[in-house]
Amino acid sequence: MNTLPVFVEGIGLWSTALGDFAALQALEKGDAVTPPSAKPPATFLPANERRRAPESVLLAIEVAGQAVAMSERSASELPCVFSSAYGDQLISDYMCATLARAPAELSPTRFHNSVHNAPAGYWTMATGCHATSSAICAGPASFGASLLEAATLSQAEQRPVLLVCSDIAGSGPVGEVSGSRTSFGCALVLAPEQGLRSLGKLVLTLEPHAGLALHPGPPTGAWHEANPTAASAWPLLQNLAHGEGHCTLAAAATLALRVSLEKVA
Amino acid sequence: MSVPIQPLAVSAFTATSALGHGLESHVAALAASRGGLRPNDFSSAPLACWIGRVDGVEEASLPAAHAVWECRNNRLAWLGLHQDHFLERALDARQRYGAARVALVLATSTASMGATEEAYRRLDAQGHMPPDLRRPLIHSPHSLAGFVAEALGLEGPCLTVSTACSSSAKVFANAERLIRLGLVDAAVVGGVDTLCDSVLFGFNALELVSPEPCRPFDQGRGGISVGEAAGFALLERIDAAPRALRLLGYGESSDAHHMSTPHPEGLGAELALRDALDRAGLRADQVDYINLHGTASRKNDEVEAALIARTFPASTRASSTKGFTGHTLGAAGILEAVFALLAIQHGLVPGSLGCTTPDAACGPQLALENERRQIDVALSNSFGFGGNNACLAFGRAPA
Repeated sequence: MNTLPVFVEGIGLWSTALGDFAALQALEKGDAVTPPSAKPPATFLPANERRRAPESVLLAIEVAGQAVAMSERSASELPCVFSSAYGDQLISDYMCATLARAPAELSPTRFHNSVHNAPAGYWTMATGCHATSSAICAGPASFGASLLEAATLSQAEQRPVLLVCSDIAGSGPVGEVSGSRTSFGCALVLAPEQGLRSLGKLVLTLEPHAGLALHPGPPTGAWHEANPTAASAWPLLQNLAHGEGHCTLAAAATLALRVSLEKVA
Repeated sequence: MSVPIQPLAVSAFTATSALGHGLESHVAALAASRGGLRPNDFSSAPLACWIGRVDGVEEASLPAAHAVWECRNNRLAWLGLHQDHFLERALDARQRYGAARVALVLATSTASMGATEEAYRRLDAQGHMPPDLRRPLIHSPHSLAGFVAEALGLEGPCLTVSTACSSSAKVFANAERLIRLGLVDAAVVGGVDTLCDSVLFGFNALELVSPEPCRPFDQGRGGISVGEAAGFALLERIDAAPRALRLLGYGESSDAHHMSTPHPEGLGAELALRDALDRAGLRADQVDYINLHGTASRKNDEVEAALIARTFPASTRASSTKGFTGHTLGAAGILEAVFALLAIQHGLVPGSLGCTTPDAACGPQLALENERRQIDVALSNSFGFGGNNACLAFGRAPA
């Protein structure tokens, strides 16, 4: 088998221009959209955690919270897959700069927040979730690979799964190589079967040996090109805003993922 | 309760660590109770601690065709792939199934961070990375899996798992799901982590590094010894290798407690353990050996010791091998999975090197010295920052 069906029950989204999925739907209809607050509100986090948490965590928690709220699922019951192509780029920059200058001065808190699964850790703590949580990446194919991973987990375990994909803007020399110049996150709650909360059906099909088809087109100057996750997720998010459509995502260097979005009855 | 899974064949496996290159050196070191830790001779400003460093990484440069991936972590990956004919076995699977039908799921906590650190030490006058290190691929957490996918010519699903120290145990679960759903026919799993300043000074900042070789479960333990390792395994359906050792089950969970200290009652660890036993269709009294997470940090060992003491009969043997190799972080899961597989293969319960006076929380299961006995079922525990837990169950093919 190389085809997987999965049902979307919740959608979260945050960027400096769009504060949630409703804002994207309004934008796609041609309506005016008010930009969100400068910082992702991340209301799922307890207030004291919210004050201390790094931006990467706030962003991931914000979109996760939106998607779970829309699905009306219990966050504590959902296995979760957190994906980020670069992890916390601000902490990477801080750590490498500090290690080059005065390694013994490295902050213990920033070190433990530097792990790729920090957003997953904060999320599971905030929601009391004891189910499996993961933190993954796949370079430029991170969005497609993690959609495949979350759909696989949902189908194999026959459970709804939370998928969170996010990348903050880079800074310093590391930011120059990541090419991420703005923050963006999106999240999906995916279920193995159609239910009352199903917003649409995704059919994922693996299309191997697709190297050339996966090369990005020439830049158009669109805002989502300034963030690797936004650029990869954009075709699917547009389809979700319209309620149907097909798109092809990179799932690995030469592996394409054909994603058909169908309306549910 | 988790649904039992069909066992998978572990048709090839290998490890490279401070104990040496390949399985033979690991078996020999375990059998002789000879550890691989040494005083820290790594990094620009060495901390006074002990490390598990792999010899020969500096000489194992990548072939010119893969030069864009050059960095210490990928060198260790390349060195590790060449042990125990693993590279040939993986290429054989690619030949049999097709490149798109073999998944690659690898784990790391630091990927090529050492190269990024070096770039920051050598920034030019304008604050840019030096030209030889201005290679975006090696400053990404996906660097390891990207390199190995290219080196093995694999074109199936390819993923990096980075859940700190549980990472390379969880890759077995990702692979099993892909195979179960029929998306692939085989998977190369594993993990590689190398020593770098981030982890040495990071764990030092958390005051978790021991000034002496680590002593898992000993009353006098004083923290971890950081190590490095590469390990790989090839998973296939059992009809492809009916006599091979088997992955019987796995368990995964979250503590939902704290970023860097375990749940005080071991709740997440216990959930992962129960999940693994359920998937394997096993009772606790059928487990012959457990390779413990056993980092030698005060709290982790105490919680894990209590979990083992209350869950298993005295006939189950348990030990930590981190006194031999150090804590190899993102590679610990695969390295210790390999120790569990070797325990079955060689009938060897490795002693807990460095432990002479066990913590009061330890039950009779803890093996201080080597023991020889038949091992049919072995577990491996892996726990990471963020309260991320995994447990693997391995066994032999039925007689």
